Amino acid sequence: MIGIAIEYTEKVMDHFMNPRNVGEIPDADGAGTVGNQVCGDVTNVYIKVTDGRISDVKFKTFGCGAAIATASMTTELALGKTLQEGLAITRDAVADALDGLPESKLHCSNLAADALHAAIKEYMAKN
Amino acid sequence: MKRIYLDHAATTAVDREVVQTMIPYFAETFGNASSLHSFGRDAMHALGAARQTVADALGAETGEIFFTSGGTESDNLALKGVETGHIITSLIEHPAILNTCRYLENHGCDVTYLPVDSGGLVDPGNIESAIRNDTKIISIMHANNEIGTIQPIAEIGTIARDNGVLFHTDAVQSFGKTETDLQKMNIDMLSLSSHKIYGPKGVGALYVRDGTEIEPLMHGGGHESGLRSGTENVAGIVGFAKAASLAIERFESDTRHLTNLREMLINGVMDTIDDVHLNGHPTKRLPNNVNLRFDFVEGEAMLLHLDLRGIAVSTGSACSSASKDPSHVLLAIGLAPENIHGSIRFTLGRENTSEDIEYVLGVLPEIVGKLRAISPLVSKGSSRGSSSG
Ligand SMILES: Cc1ncc(COP(=O)(O)O)c(C=O)c1O
Ligand SMILES: [Zn+2]
Repeated sequence: MIGIAIEYTEKVMDHFMNPRNVGEIPDADGAGTVGNQVCGDVTNVYIKVTDGRISDVKFKTFGCGAAIATASMTTELALGKTLQEGLAITRDAVADALDGLPESKLHCSNLAADALHAAIKEYMAKN
Repeated sequence: MKRIYLDHAATTAVDREVVQTMIPYFAETFGNASSLHSFGRDAMHALGAARQTVADALGAETGEIFFTSGGTESDNLALKGVETGHIITSLIEHPAILNTCRYLENHGCDVTYLPVDSGGLVDPGNIESAIRNDTKIISIMHANNEIGTIQPIAEIGTIARDNGVLFHTDAVQSFGKTETDLQKMNIDMLSLSSHKIYGPKGVGALYVRDGTEIEPLMHGGGHESGLRSGTENVAGIVGFAKAASLAIERFESDTRHLTNLREMLINGVMDTIDDVHLNGHPTKRLPNNVNLRFDFVEGEAMLLHLDLRGIAVSTGSACSSASKDPSHVLLAIGLAPENIHGSIRFTLGRENTSEDIEYVLGVLPEIVGKLRAISPLVSKGSSRGSSSG
């Protein structure tokens, strides 16, 4: 059994407690689902695209504090960006925007950026 | 902020009475129990009295009690101290047993890991059929630390005795919470840990039935009748003995109190939250263990939310650098990894009150509802949240 031995930054805790852009977009222009086989965390990202920019973005996450906070931050970073800018959002950028993530949590922070990229690529493939 | 500790299977606060009992043994009665002068004799007498107390608590003889550094050492000593051969254990033992068995497998032993049923029970029939000519020892924990399942120890002990095999049980979690009878249960060796029974950390004991052949792990000055060398931790041992005697003294009231709180927590959660399941056995269960599985939510996220409300619990898994190793116990009772991730263990203690449980029941539905609202695993269109009918 595991208690809590993880120290999250204030920003991570803020996004964990008050996640931004939670939800689904039923008529999304692109959607991406990424699950981590190892730890079981899953993140879905949905985007709407208007004039080549991400005009709306929503997420849902089943996962730990880091998975939830990185998904929330990823959607904040992605909103209003061009598709190319969206594809350039890396997990490092997300981790930096959160003032860092514990070393042991780096793999959970992959999910959100990967799901965003998958959503953008799905849109690009269709258009 | 209100802080409620519901992780007593991890460790307990040292009882104030225990602390008071220990204090003189740091700076006043500080002698080495092996020394021949009066300082040493005082320490030796304290050690002797503590050994008598622990022996009485177990219904054993003083010569059968060996003080150790805790549950892990006692488990190691019991298994490694017996000559090699075949060992029978279960898949849900504490890592102190399982990893010791793995070590012994690399050193010429053969180990049979028995499965358990969905409630976490070992089938004594499986034990009987696993016994071979070279089986030396059966080690089955009395009660499980994660799900609280209490094993049919008396039956297993009888099987061991009838087949001339030693029987060891890890009673670290069960002592003081469910009856232990060394004679009726035919127990040859039994592990105890002080910090799970409101005593100090880093001390425990191994009961070894008189006549049992066992080799030491620690070689040195011949302390503990040669079975465990090293200058005795007198203050710790005195505190452990006091904690053990309090556990016996308060057995009836503790178990009644804990059972009431346990039922209040289980029923309260079931009444207010949908899609929750009790892990472990419905009745053969430690009075202080509540292990619940919340569908569609992840354990660490729940644990974090509870921690922010001052409530301390444990989860069946947590993401770490390499993996989120799902609990081997929850896997053994047949749970799928995704369900294990939503499992939370609440372990109650002597100092908890019904107000504590009410507080938990007050915040839990909101936390589960909040996490389910962001969970992609909740099927679309369903309104699974915190409330229920
Ligand atoms: C069943 C069981 N056995 C052994 C141990 C190890 O005890 P200690 O912490 O005293 O080494 C524990 C404690 O985590 C336990 O729960
Ligand atoms: Zn994670």
